Amino acid sequence: MTISSAISGRRWRSSLAPEPRPAWQEKPKAATSLAKGSALILITAIAVVPFWVELSTSLSTNHQLLRNGAGFTLWPQPFSLQAYRGILQGGLITKAVGVSLGLTLVGTAASLATTVLLAYALSRPGVTGGKQVLMMCLFAFLFPPGLIPTYLVVDNLHLLNTYSSLVLPVLVNVFNLVVMRGFFQGIPSELYEAARLDGAGEWTTLLRIVLPLSKPVIAVVGFFYAVTYWNQWFQGLFYLNDASQWPLGTLLRLLVTQGSNVDANGSTAAVINQNPIAEQAATVVLAILPILLVYPFTQRFFTKGVLTGAVKS
Amino acid sequence: MPLAVKRPPNPPEKTRGRAVPAESASIRPRESVWRRIRRDRALLVMMVPGVLYFLVFQYGALFGNIVAFENYVPFLGFAQSQWVGLANFATLFGDPGFWQALRNTVELAGLQLVFFVPVPLALALLLHSVLRGWVRKAVTSVVFLPHFLSWVVAIALFQQVLGPTGLLGGVLSGGGSHLVNVFADPSLFKPLMIGELIWKDCGWATVIFTAALFGVNESLYESSAIDGAGPWRRFWHVTLPGIRPVLILVLVMRVGDILTVGFDQVMMQRDGFGPQVAEVLDTYVYFHATVNGDWSVAAAAGLFKGVVGLVLVVCANKIAHRLGEEGVYR
Repeated sequence: MTISSAISGRRWRSSLAPEPRPAWQEKPKAATSLAKGSALILITAIAVVPFWVELSTSLSTNHQLLRNGAGFTLWPQPFSLQAYRGILQGGLITKAVGVSLGLTLVGTAASLATTVLLAYALSRPGVTGGKQVLMMCLFAFLFPPGLIPTYLVVDNLHLLNTYSSLVLPVLVNVFNLVVMRGFFQGIPSELYEAARLDGAGEWTTLLRIVLPLSKPVIAVVGFFYAVTYWNQWFQGLFYLNDASQWPLGTLLRLLVTQGSNVDANGSTAAVINQNPIAEQAATVVLAILPILLVYPFTQRFFTKGVLTGAVKS
Repeated sequence: MPLAVKRPPNPPEKTRGRAVPAESASIRPRESVWRRIRRDRALLVMMVPGVLYFLVFQYGALFGNIVAFENYVPFLGFAQSQWVGLANFATLFGDPGFWQALRNTVELAGLQLVFFVPVPLALALLLHSVLRGWVRKAVTSVVFLPHFLSWVVAIALFQQVLGPTGLLGGVLSGGGSHLVNVFADPSLFKPLMIGELIWKDCGWATVIFTAALFGVNESLYESSAIDGAGPWRRFWHVTLPGIRPVLILVLVMRVGDILTVGFDQVMMQRDGFGPQVAEVLDTYVYFHATVNGDWSVAAAAGLFKGVVGLVLVVCANKIAHRLGEEGVYR
């Protein structure tokens, strides 16, 4: 059973009509159905409302927020893009968005390439040293080296205060590696044999046969990596001294921790004056937006990509 | 070894043999290492970048743990720094702050372990009972989304809702002018941490559990219903045993994470609550190194955490095997 069938239906149907109730199942009482419906609505609301509040606050103006005397608004009145204009007209946040975009593109490409190559090599049965390398990867997963030693390695390689320090220390994720290897192993061996008979070497087999068949797993693992890089904040804080080099996440953390430092006795106006709330909300929305845009497209791959890979291994 | 069996000159090929031409495997004697390297050279080249990464950033860093046994001075580097043996560990274990951090970590992890499984399981059961496919799909997609956000964003959203000037801030302070700050009240730290975790990752576990629920054999439900089992007994005797492997897998994975409990999450909120309440092992390591400049003791704490974490996963996995399940690895 797969995730997509879990999400989309016992049997695959596209209609809005309910599926027939299994014969053995009691018909629920009206009160039960009502309770279930309300629970689902409540759960969805808890998940969605924070996004909505953040979005409408970001589309409001500080002036208006101050007049309302609250740090949020449920409906932007007047509707304004002022906060976005404010943070995107140059300055730290604009730079940080650029850094994060670049980091996500370069980082995802580098991680994906390394992972595909290693996963492919490890997926071929009987490859020299394959077992040892796989054990090495899995042990690293169980026993991660820790913050300080990793910092020392980055320092000794003279990567401090370079953008490489955001990518190289997190280049390969073992979970992604295992998922991808599992997917490659699931490709019928006849295809490999056919390719070999046609005189294809390993590189040709990988590029011409395996990769075109592996779009789902590439999409999912690529999405995982992209999300990791886009969300990254700690590496920036740890390895980069200069705030003007920081990716969006690191900068956002500064805003967030300032928010939690607010004196419990401070008045609302003081809080809003201290942090321009609309700008902060707009920054948060910018940090969510790319994920939100890509998320629906990768969802349909989750089944084929992750589950087949994960189950195999 | 006295009992070693003499190897046959041509060891039988494993069943899922490599796709080398069949005749070469059966006719030629065992290939020498050099020949095999030559044969696999394309694959070995492919491994190079990944293996380099693991050697440098995982095993190189693992080796860097020797600073935990040195009086490390960044200026001298770890070759020149003085070797002090276990002195850093003595300092570490003598520091009440460390024990506080350890206690906070274990308490938080325990609470998360207890609360993290029932909520998504309940949600998965609820979704499973819904007969309209589009409802299931919509709710699952919505609750799954926060899993992909960073903790920075998740906590920003929480502040917007629960913060003193947030959506529910007014409700929480009872309409008075005195602002209650949920993000600075020590007694609320743990409930807040758990609430945030559930909000963010409940959907992830729900997806896994829902998949497991759909894997339970329908005919078992049918026959137990015919035998007169009501919904509760069916849940107890059919559903739970049916999803046991997945339940145990999720639990083992969380046990392995016990000591890593919410580094990102705590880093965002530690300042508000103060280290007394909100210090966990990972933040202890970080602040000890960066603020106190005590790299060696921090590294010792990190090494302690790594070793205990490894032991915990191995134990959890052993227990899973005892229970007849796969666990995380074999």
